[in-house]
Amino acid sequence: MFNETVGKRSNKVKNVVERGAVKKFAEAIGDLHPIYFDEEVGRNSRYQNNIAPPTFPRTFDYGVIEGLNLPNKGLIHGEQTFHYKRPLVVGEELLCYSEVKKYFEKKGNFGDMGFLVLESFGEDAAGNVIFSSTSTVVISEAVRKVLTK
Amino acid sequence: MSTLMQLQVGESLKEIQLDPVSRIDLIKYAGASGDFNPIHTIDEEAKTAGLPGIIAHGMWTMGNLAKLFTPYFEDGFIQDYSIRFKGMVFLNDVITLKATLKEVVDNKLCFQVQAVNQNGNEVLKGEVLFNQF
Repeated sequence: MFNETVGKRSNKVKNVVERGAVKKFAEAIGDLHPIYFDEEVGRNSRYQNNIAPPTFPRTFDYGVIEGLNLPNKGLIHGEQTFHYKRPLVVGEELLCYSEVKKYFEKKGNFGDMGFLVLESFGEDAAGNVIFSSTSTVVISEAVRKVLTK
Repeated sequence: MSTLMQLQVGESLKEIQLDPVSRIDLIKYAGASGDFNPIHTIDEEAKTAGLPGIIAHGMWTMGNLAKLFTPYFEDGFIQDYSIRFKGMVFLNDVITLKATLKEVVDNKLCFQVQAVNQNGNEVLKGEVLFNQF
């Protein structure tokens, strides 16, 4: 049922690496390094500004992929990757979007498991990809049964 | 502060042991990340989903693990960070974060990373490619 969504892409959504959001996120993962929120440390760093933690893109809005209706419940996060050209800088704007990369099923301990791989991107204003990430979501047979009803 | 470049292949960064996972940790992460899946914060919802209790967001643990590298962000940055979630993290679990240098190619340092719980079970594992300036 997810096969027909492979290759589909969301619209691009503008996201800002917000100072307050970066600070809250750094606190939530217990990473209190001043490079994330001390303005003077940021200014004097090689980035000339504060930066965001590497898993921060999880907070962005990637738009909606038409036809992809994932349930809120019953999904398992199997794998996650991030690839960076450089760290994200506080205050910068990024255009973010996602694409369904692949879908496959495998027999597992809990019946047929579905694996949905989503790839997400963040581009600067000039269209350069600054980061990309992939999420592998595991969808159990039970959840897929509910979806096809 | 020592730089990562002085590290030899096979050597590890200083481990970090987290405080026992608390409900407020997960509520804070839900708020900061926008991931409000109730299995991470509400007992009844976790039980309905067939879990013994609420579990940490995998991304909470992955986010925590990155701090092994934060002290070195003047020397370089995390270019690639890939994780496979291997096991669930429950309330009061004590998680230890580890990174071992596996390979150095030019200015890129490849680390094997993992998080283990108090029973020594791996809850996540993966790789960090640190690009040294």
